[in-house]
Amino acid sequence: MVRDLTIGQYYPGDSLLHKTDPRVKIVLTLVFIFVIFFCKNFFSLGLMIAALLVGVFLSRVPLKMILKSMKAITFIIIITALLNLFYTTGGNVLVKYKFITITDTGVYTAIFVAVRILALIVGSTLLTYTTTPTMLTDAIEQLLKPLKVFHVPVHTLAMMMTLALRFIPTLIEEIDKIMNAQKARGADLESGGLLQRAKALVPILIPLFVSSFRRAYELAFAMECRCYTGGEGRTRMKQMKLKGLDSILIVGCAVLLGGVIALNLFFKTYNLG
Amino acid sequence: MEKIIEYKDVTFRYEGEDEAHILPLTINGVTLNLEKGSFVAVLGRNGSGKSTLAKLTNAIHLPESGQVLVEGLDTRDEKNTDLIRRKVGMVFQNPDNQIVATIVEDDVAFGPENLGIEPKEIRRRVDDALKAVGMYDFRLAEPHKLSGGQKQRVAIAGILAMQTDSIVLDEPTAMLDPIGRREVLSTVLRLNRERGITVLMITHFMEEAAQAERVIVLDKGKVFLDGSPRDVFTQSEALKRCGLDVPQATGLAKALADSGIKIKTDVLNEEECIDAILTAYKE
Amino acid sequence: MSIIRLENVTHNYGDGTPLCVSAIKDINIEIESGELVGIIGHTGSGKSTLIQHLNGLLSPTKGRVFIEGEDIWQNKKNIKNVRFKVGLCFQYPEYQLFEETVFKDIAFGPKNMNLSEDEIKLRVLEAADFVGLSRDLLEKSPFDLSGGEKRRAAIAGVMAMKPKILVLDEPTAGLDPRGKESILNMILRYKKATGATVLLVTHNMEDVARIATKILVMNRAQVLMYDTVKNVFAHSEELEKIGLAVPQITRICRELKKRGLALDESIYTVDEACAALLPLLQKGVR
Repeated sequence: MVRDLTIGQYYPGDSLLHKTDPRVKIVLTLVFIFVIFFCKNFFSLGLMIAALLVGVFLSRVPLKMILKSMKAITFIIIITALLNLFYTTGGNVLVKYKFITITDTGVYTAIFVAVRILALIVGSTLLTYTTTPTMLTDAIEQLLKPLKVFHVPVHTLAMMMTLALRFIPTLIEEIDKIMNAQKARGADLESGGLLQRAKALVPILIPLFVSSFRRAYELAFAMECRCYTGGEGRTRMKQMKLKGLDSILIVGCAVLLGGVIALNLFFKTYNLG
Repeated sequence: MEKIIEYKDVTFRYEGEDEAHILPLTINGVTLNLEKGSFVAVLGRNGSGKSTLAKLTNAIHLPESGQVLVEGLDTRDEKNTDLIRRKVGMVFQNPDNQIVATIVEDDVAFGPENLGIEPKEIRRRVDDALKAVGMYDFRLAEPHKLSGGQKQRVAIAGILAMQTDSIVLDEPTAMLDPIGRREVLSTVLRLNRERGITVLMITHFMEEAAQAERVIVLDKGKVFLDGSPRDVFTQSEALKRCGLDVPQATGLAKALADSGIKIKTDVLNEEECIDAILTAYKE
Repeated sequence: MSIIRLENVTHNYGDGTPLCVSAIKDINIEIESGELVGIIGHTGSGKSTLIQHLNGLLSPTKGRVFIEGEDIWQNKKNIKNVRFKVGLCFQYPEYQLFEETVFKDIAFGPKNMNLSEDEIKLRVLEAADFVGLSRDLLEKSPFDLSGGEKRRAAIAGVMAMKPKILVLDEPTAGLDPRGKESILNMILRYKKATGATVLLVTHNMEDVARIATKILVMNRAQVLMYDTVKNVFAHSEELEKIGLAVPQITRICRELKKRGLALDESIYTVDEACAALLPLLQKGVR
């Protein structure tokens, strides 16, 4: 069933990473992604993987959950790895069969790219596993606050994100229901050409739109009734304050960054891309 | 007794598509006083105007003529809207369409946050409200994983945390199964008794209305019957005329009386019905 | 011959994962043609999983489903025809309306059956009559109807397929007593006119008591009872033990019997109770 999707889900816990300030986590995740791309060879990448494993350990998220998040993108990883394998030129030729040529650089690059993508995914799921969606949106709102100067409706955007997150499961369930109801009336959703299939979606989409509008309308009333008037004058129950823990993490990350630069330079000859 | 919500000769109609289509009055001259701390149920068939009556209390709808006063504040005055909504909280029919946040406790905090209350105080109120509706153990749950009855209790907690004096519930049990209905009703009853919160509950379930102190039956936008559950439910003819049923216990006593048996007919529930039949039997 | 037969039907969600749950487990049941079966049970007892097996929206993890003696999964391509034979109307069916006019919406099912234009028209008008929708409403947009009319139009959309088995999930949810009454009457009207077998999932015991011939009680993914209304309500204490309410009138009669009145235990309507009590009380008068 569609509703079993796990991408971007929160894993409840009380670990160090769970307790870290979500703003710090977002910034560090961004830095992490940036640094991963900055890694030039297996030594610097290896350092980042080690750091990532420490992160996984600190998060106390079971390894099974981490693997689950990787499963969703296995296909993409395999494709990119294969592309790199076949299309990298240079280095010693290992296999040559008709138009296929595989070189040792190709093999290294393929592995390198695959590991890099995996690290990216695990790094960012670590963020969503240890941070509730509400905390995430709150943190984004906080981080984007300076943009208010340029009249960017930061609070409204954050509220929209929260509501979207809140209603995604509800709407998925609703699609399920509508599809079943139309199938029960003999709707054929699986066969036919492209045009026919597009046509078959009408009985699903119209009821979905109608009900979404009704939901939005009712939700707006409900929010007004609870005295919602936008971001002005609102307080938050969960306050974000930087703590000692956060600064340790920041310092740790700075050290990592330095390490990566050093390793990149030191093993210059092994640099891949 | 102190009046908390007053309807003074209120009329209201919904807007038609254009000026040529003027819809009939949904509320047609309602005058009512709700007393502080009371539990009032409003019954009526679909389209009787009972939901509209609820939505007039906190300025979602404004009367076309007449006045709705909440603790003396006129809903038509825009300056009062915010103040009124701090005094009257609303719970709606569809539990899914009133929960805002992705975590239960964050949703309960939504109202107090809007009021600009201090974080520590919000935390205290949220915990207290969740305990009061028996959902404290679910404070970190995701709302879409809860049952309908649990979602409605979260919605009630969201109003409690705003510490309003009254709660208006617009058919809160219509979409729930029997267990959910029981959960919600017992929660509301308890809040009314223990915390003195004034409750106005719209419903079409007789069993629920029978638990209230006062039952108002609305028909075609007018107050048709108004009294204690006993006064109202024993008028089975009148109830049937406006499309409502009486509890089976009342119906049985009435049917027996109609067949010439000497029996008390103003019975409301099973026990009273059983007693009445046994008394008649012994005679 | 039974029109519906389920043989050891089990359905697991999340099969093969540690989170595997059986929504229904080892169901064996035969339903005779022409019955009106009330299906009762808690939310989560497996009612909706059960009914979605009858028209092949769900396929059993184990076991077989027979409709009119045929295993519906024998020929997978044929499953669409099973859906025309077993009309399934979900809870709050008004949310499935989508066409420009009520007529077209009711015609959606018959159209999918590849019927002729004339036959479709006939079916739509007939279905509109079953649910009491007047002709002038048929040309309106379904979104302009009142709530009660929408519900009726949606039910007509299922009836227009003229299913031999009509399955309705909580068709009276959210309606007032008069609205309930009219939905129940149109189900009876359809059944009388077509001789269909009807299955009605509901939480409302008074509805069941009023129109059902048999009751199927689901509890914890299994069938707890399947018997006549009278026999099922005779087990009222057992029903209450698993948290299901019985009609108030049944509880009253049960208590009166305990206190020494010679009453039948399985009374479930006010009229029955009145008829049973009258001789006793009149004797008392004499």
